[in-house]
Amino acid sequence: MYSRAYKSLVSVPPLLWVALFLLLPYVLMFAHSFWAVQQGVIVHHWNLNNYKTLFAKPLYVEVLFRTMRIAASVTCCSILLGYPLAYFLSFHARARKELLYQLVIVPLWVSYLVRGYAWKTILGSDGVLNGFLQYLHITHEPVAFLLYSPFAVVLMLTHIYTPFVFLPIYAALEHIPRPLVEASHDLGANSFQTFFRVILPLSMPGLLAGATFAFLLTLGDFLAPLLVGGPSGTMIANVVQSLFGAAFDWPLGAAISVFILMLTISLLFLSEILEKRWAYK
Amino acid sequence: MSASAANSPEQASNSTGALLEVHGVAKRFGSSDVLKNISLDIASGEFLTLLGESGSGKTTLLRLIAGFEQPTSGEIWMSGERLDTLPPYKRRVNTVFQQYALFPHLSVRDNVAYGLRVKNTPAVEISGRVEEALRMVKMQDFAGARPSKLSGGQQQRVALARALVNRPQLLLLDEPLSALDANLRMQMRSELKSLQREIGITFLFVTHDQEEAMALSDRVALLRNGALEQVASPREIYARPATAYTAQFIGQTNLLRGEILRGIATCGVLRWPLEEADGPAIFSLRPEAIRLCADGKRQTTEVKFNGAVRQQLYGGATELLEVECGPGQFLRVRLPASGPITGENEFVFSIADAIRVQE
Amino acid sequence: MSSASPTRRAPFLALYSVLVFAFIYLPIVVLVVYSFNREGVGGFPPRHFTLNWYAQLLADGSIWDSVLNSLFVAAASVVLSLTLGLLAALALDRATFPGKALFRRFVLLPLILPGLITGLSLLMFAVFAGVQLSLITVFFGHGTALISVATTELFAGLQKMDCAQEEASLDLGATPWQTFWRVTLPNLKLSLIAAGLLIFTLSMDEIAVTFFLIGRDNTLPLEIWGRLRRGITPEINAVSTLIFAVSVALIVIWYHVRTRSLGTQAQELIERP
Repeated sequence: MYSRAYKSLVSVPPLLWVALFLLLPYVLMFAHSFWAVQQGVIVHHWNLNNYKTLFAKPLYVEVLFRTMRIAASVTCCSILLGYPLAYFLSFHARARKELLYQLVIVPLWVSYLVRGYAWKTILGSDGVLNGFLQYLHITHEPVAFLLYSPFAVVLMLTHIYTPFVFLPIYAALEHIPRPLVEASHDLGANSFQTFFRVILPLSMPGLLAGATFAFLLTLGDFLAPLLVGGPSGTMIANVVQSLFGAAFDWPLGAAISVFILMLTISLLFLSEILEKRWAYK
Repeated sequence: MSASAANSPEQASNSTGALLEVHGVAKRFGSSDVLKNISLDIASGEFLTLLGESGSGKTTLLRLIAGFEQPTSGEIWMSGERLDTLPPYKRRVNTVFQQYALFPHLSVRDNVAYGLRVKNTPAVEISGRVEEALRMVKMQDFAGARPSKLSGGQQQRVALARALVNRPQLLLLDEPLSALDANLRMQMRSELKSLQREIGITFLFVTHDQEEAMALSDRVALLRNGALEQVASPREIYARPATAYTAQFIGQTNLLRGEILRGIATCGVLRWPLEEADGPAIFSLRPEAIRLCADGKRQTTEVKFNGAVRQQLYGGATELLEVECGPGQFLRVRLPASGPITGENEFVFSIADAIRVQE
Repeated sequence: MSSASPTRRAPFLALYSVLVFAFIYLPIVVLVVYSFNREGVGGFPPRHFTLNWYAQLLADGSIWDSVLNSLFVAAASVVLSLTLGLLAALALDRATFPGKALFRRFVLLPLILPGLITGLSLLMFAVFAGVQLSLITVFFGHGTALISVATTELFAGLQKMDCAQEEASLDLGATPWQTFWRVTLPNLKLSLIAAGLLIFTLSMDEIAVTFFLIGRDNTLPLEIWGRLRRGITPEINAVSTLIFAVSVALIVIWYHVRTRSLGTQAQELIERP
């Protein structure tokens, strides 16, 4: 039905744009990762040193593992918060289901910065939480580890990503035909058994999608550590950011970025395979 | 289908036979009374059908017995114990769902084994019983398949096996044949009937198809607007409908409206002696009860009338005639097919075949 | 007649859900409350109500300059992303070309990739092309990254559309060009608005990509960011509260647009996520 001219007209501009402004920049970044810095200038000496540095230097390895741990923690916590909420809304909320759903979505539209800043004001030594605890005489001094620690980063990012994780899980739960739940009860399974044998397996694709999203976005986040992480809460993206800033070493920064990019693509690929395997009709 | 002796269910050793007792059950959704004061007994081993139009409450009653809804008032008892206070997973009742509700992430074998697994039945016993159940529904070759690969009829058999393998005291079937095409329906009807006979489990079947109800059931419970219109065997309900609604819902009939005055029943041009109290009356007269009066003679127990044949619908073995017997009064007559009939003819029927029915 | 099982009581789950809701909303509530607190951002409980911080905010010139900058970038990004996103969605829906599957994934990559990577790669590109960093480079960054949002939304909209309508239009004598404007685009109205609102919001809030592409003129998030580095003041609470209020207003507007243009019957269809 569509002429060749039509098809060319719709395909060419986005293809060109994407090639120029997405593909080419990635290629450039890839190229940079093989170059070096000499006396404050980037020189095009092709080498693999940057990658060696990434995996050899203890500092970088440590930060990398810390980042993975934080990403895993955020993912787990978001699921622990988001899944029961999605389950409650899908199976137990009645008249107010739609309203509650919108209420969960609202924070997604609210600025990341706003929410991160909110945590900063809450967790600080002079912050609201400490003030609250002291007001109730639960503590007598500010609790230190609340702010400027990996704990704060996990807390903040869990807050940000719980609604993100909620969405695909809720969608998957809503797609489970209710007669299946009734059939399970009919055959003698109580709610607990029904959840683990029927509902959870059928919601896996949604769970996986949400988990992947939370994990990958946390992996590359450099703002949360800057806001609430402090020195002990630095993540790999901060390392990159400083290499493009004060610590001027673009090739090394590019190498780490390429590594993050490869990691992201691999995890996406893995996630997609698993999703296909676990998707039942 | 065959069934081994090991499949005989653990029925209540209740010699009066009432397996399930529904006492004064009512169900209200919001402001509408979907079920109004239903009382019904189901005997052990019987095939009882809940028949009715959509909205009659038949599915609601089924779901109350299954445990997916709670009665607003009334009680349900099974084998001498209170049933409606139990959650569905504690009832010795299993359901075959209208859309089968097979678990898409489990194979046929795992679907059938589900009810046994959740009760921690030993694995050895499970595989034996599953195999047996699948053979009973002729699906043993599909044990490893996923439901999405099966046709509607095949899925229905698996759903049946999945329910039966648990040896319930009562099997509920929620319009299981309505999603199948006509030929498959006929075949499945006959298979269901013989299956029930062989294994002897009590079946509670829901349908809106009166022909299906009549063919399959030991008894039919006709529901109308949430109340029981009549509960009787198919032959009984056909030959002696209690109300006009029943007479019209089950099979075809002529509803004659008239009155009784001083021992004579008058419906339009038709009159016959009837010793009953004066007052308005409705009679149900089945089309096949009317025949041509070949020799012009009439017995004292018969009613004769003249009628002009307005329409004749040929049906292979029989024909259905629309006969005008009086100004604006039409009767449907079913005769053995014998060729075209035209003009004025004499017809006759037995007084006994004009069954008096309530409104 | 309802055929769904009645929802059973689940008190612990309900309580847990309330706690999760509290976790999601409390920080924002705290933020808003403290924007009215005379003593500033910390401590407990907030004692004195004041509007000083808002007054200070209103007088703050550089914040409003950055708001204007952000609006400019966001508006331009919406136009760019929607245009290219629409074309890409049409291409994915109707055209076949070598590498189509790859193209689809590639377009969606900035959605899942950390903004850091997108920002850095575009920075290297800018340097490579000898372009100076400014709001223009920010615009290119946002516009490019957000094409994926537009494509996803518009592609879904195209799939839901009844293509027989386009066939009917052609059958009645309209050219493909006319069909596009008279039939295709009106059918996509809802998706366009949804995508537009989302792109606008994401652009207004964008930091990660902007961080690396910013020149002299700040966008709103970066202006706030800069101030944060210097120290916390309740003025930031005030501007954050305003941002929150605007976000909520946008959602409400979106909700009304959606329900009004579809009517109640079709609304049940979209209620299904």
